[in-house]
Amino acid sequence: MFDFFRKLFGGVPATSSAESVTTAPLSDQQIESIVRSQSPQYEMQQLVAASGQSVGKQREHNEDSLVAITATLAGKTANVPFGLYIVADGMGGHQFGEIASNAAIRVIAGQIMRKFHSYLFTLPTQQPEESLQEIMENAVKEAHRVIQKDAPGSGTTVTAALIVGQQVTIGHVGDSRAYCIYPAGRIEQITRDHSLVKRLEELGHLNKEEAANFPHRNVLIRALGQGDTLEVDIFTIPFPQNGMLLLCSDGLWGVVADHDLVRIVNDAPNAQRACQNLVNAANTAGGPDNISVILVQMVG
Amino acid sequence: MGGMGSVYRARDLHFPNVTKLVAVKEMINMAPDPLVRRTIIQNFEREANLLATLNHPAIPRIYDYFSEEERSYLVLEFVHGKDLEAIINDTNGFLAEEQVLGWAIQLCDVLSFLHNHKPDPIIFRDMKPSNVMVNSNGDIILIDFGIAKTFQVGQKGTMIGTEGYSPPEQYRGEATPLADIYALGATLHHALTRRDPRLEPPFSFAERPLRRINSRVSPELETVINTALAYNPSERFPAAADMKEALLSAARKTGALSKIATTSITPAGGIKPVWSFKCEDEIRGTPLAHQGSIYIGCYDNNLYALNAADGKFQWKYAADGGIVSRPAVYEGNLYFGSEDRRLHVISTRTGKVVWTYYTEGPIRSSPRIAEGHIFIGSDDHHLHAVNLNTGRSVWTFESSEEIRSTPFVANELVYFGNEAGDFYAVDFRGGMKWRFQAKRAVTSSPILAGQSVFFTSVDSTLYCLDARNGWAIWRYRLGKGSVSSPAVADDLVFAGAADGFIYCVEARTGKEVWRFRTEHQVSSSPALYKDSVYCASVDGNLYCLEYRTGRQRWKFGTKAAITGSPIVFDDIVYIGSTDHQIYALLA
Repeated sequence: MFDFFRKLFGGVPATSSAESVTTAPLSDQQIESIVRSQSPQYEMQQLVAASGQSVGKQREHNEDSLVAITATLAGKTANVPFGLYIVADGMGGHQFGEIASNAAIRVIAGQIMRKFHSYLFTLPTQQPEESLQEIMENAVKEAHRVIQKDAPGSGTTVTAALIVGQQVTIGHVGDSRAYCIYPAGRIEQITRDHSLVKRLEELGHLNKEEAANFPHRNVLIRALGQGDTLEVDIFTIPFPQNGMLLLCSDGLWGVVADHDLVRIVNDAPNAQRACQNLVNAANTAGGPDNISVILVQMVG
Repeated sequence: MGGMGSVYRARDLHFPNVTKLVAVKEMINMAPDPLVRRTIIQNFEREANLLATLNHPAIPRIYDYFSEEERSYLVLEFVHGKDLEAIINDTNGFLAEEQVLGWAIQLCDVLSFLHNHKPDPIIFRDMKPSNVMVNSNGDIILIDFGIAKTFQVGQKGTMIGTEGYSPPEQYRGEATPLADIYALGATLHHALTRRDPRLEPPFSFAERPLRRINSRVSPELETVINTALAYNPSERFPAAADMKEALLSAARKTGALSKIATTSITPAGGIKPVWSFKCEDEIRGTPLAHQGSIYIGCYDNNLYALNAADGKFQWKYAADGGIVSRPAVYEGNLYFGSEDRRLHVISTRTGKVVWTYYTEGPIRSSPRIAEGHIFIGSDDHHLHAVNLNTGRSVWTFESSEEIRSTPFVANELVYFGNEAGDFYAVDFRGGMKWRFQAKRAVTSSPILAGQSVFFTSVDSTLYCLDARNGWAIWRYRLGKGSVSSPAVADDLVFAGAADGFIYCVEARTGKEVWRFRTEHQVSSSPALYKDSVYCASVDGNLYCLEYRTGRQRWKFGTKAAITGSPIVFDDIVYIGSTDHQIYALLA
């Protein structure tokens, strides 16, 4: 009888095997090499970007504007990835909000591209005279002047990312946001909201819960087109290694929590789908405001 | 006035025989809606009528007003003088407390006059330095009443401006006398600290305590200003008259009102050196501390080895030219260049020569040792890569001018500048990776932090470049050129300049954090140790500053200019001076 079972199960039942094998967590290096072997390799370093936009479920007008420019130039001479991405969320009632945000993206993109023209498209290539931060600051300030002239009384947020090589130079006013998303599922907001609620929270007059229920959550303390002197937040950070850069208006971050942003981005097969899924998530959550999103990845 | 029009200086032709100057303020009505435009003009005329009835020495007289199509004009008394914002900007250093106190008392008077106006109080609404004129007698005049505000169309519910001087409640649309008191506090804060609140986060005065920025302000005055700036309106002075009382009593306590001359507070500076050692000529080089010894080059052509603990002479080695650089050490040998054109290698133990390497010009650059090589620049325009063991040249890299900058090695690249203003990144085979062009000489030595490389230039700029490709990330304008090499810590960059300032700039943004004024140019490079920055000046002093605020902890005076840089090792600062001495001081 016993022999029969032995025949049937093919040999000595290995009851003790589970206890004798010791397991150890993989080292960071091993994990990294597995991840690397599974993700496709690109010979040439380049930026890949996608974007999404929706008027939302409750507004009639779309007052958001966005621009995404990716330039890849490859050849014998050194290839420096170049990208310019801007999200602007206009406001001010009537049709002025869309005028302001549209002016912001066009003026800023126009100013910046003009300065890079001789570097990208002429021979011999020439680097701009000004530094990256000066180029960004001057472009944002020019947009401020244009909005004051063409759409007085209106205003817009602007969050712009200029990528040259590994450096991301951010120009930021208002409460649109830029995030770094890292492969391990970590998300970091790299811009600071210029909103009254954020300011009161920083000063300790509101705690997290009070801030979440604050009635004037949409009041900005800085906006393009508003005020005599405009102070722009300008800074430069390295592009997140193996990560992504996310720009969005409050139509997205206001209704989709940070951890959901990461999950949706990391679950998507590519950047385009990720953007579409982010927009869908905001609309599913009620879509109270216009939604704009840009996702940028450095491959290679 | 606020961006909506212009002010003209005009002559009143009703008085043909005298030159009577008046100011004509032009306001442009930009509202597209005709109904809104009409309301704006009505508001303007109502306010002009009101202002014309006011009679106070600190309020300009209104002579006339009129509107023409989309433009409205106000004709008012011309004030000879300068506005407070211009005074703040044109003053070197801080305004004297007595002066600001005098203006503050006058401003309280005029606010009190406005707030007690019958039947309704008048709220100024826009108290800020640029709206306060100081006339030729030194008295203040308030200009630009809220009248201009009626011309700013479309302040929609979701938008608010960035005043900086306005209190929190004004953002909710409340304008009360207490708002003017807050704005007066903000104006005085700006005048005493030189920090423009429009460039700071709103309501952040409490994060910039007056006396931490300007220690010469008396605690009494600080208390008055803090009360005016209370976040909660009920905690401020209930009326401008009360604030005036508080200012007067502060002035009595400090005796400020009787004082005319500016006070200068300089601590006696009882810093005693641990030891000092006298060489035979000027010291312009920077010392090196290594295994209990201090090595320093001197204009008397000698390199000295001293005991770090007591300054006792150990040995000296004579080159044939002055030594202005900083030596490097590697495995028992000392490496340094001299104006005798040679790179000298001597034993740290005996001070005897091991080998020397010739270049075609004097050497003012300091050596950098990395990856088995010595990298050093020379006035022969070349960067030399020399094999550490054999003392033979591995390669040389030709640049367009003298190289006095000390190379920095990182990312398998050698970074350095030259006297033509070129800044290079060269790989380990001597091939150029990239080049950046400054407008004048780059004599300072670069430093790398993160992916950025920092250096100063004689073109009055502190540069931050992308270390991988040489793109300028930001440029910070210095008052004058600089040969001072930057130091970096905690996202802060420090460097001196020929305008006499030691600067601290944020590494990520290129924005100034603080600046500290010395009495002469700063050629010395700052050294960081714990939470202090040490830097010397041609005024002969070595300064120790708190590195986050730039507050002076102490200074030590030598008998002549200092052009070399300090080093700090084991809680002792070492500095050489052109008074021929090297000093060791407790950090």
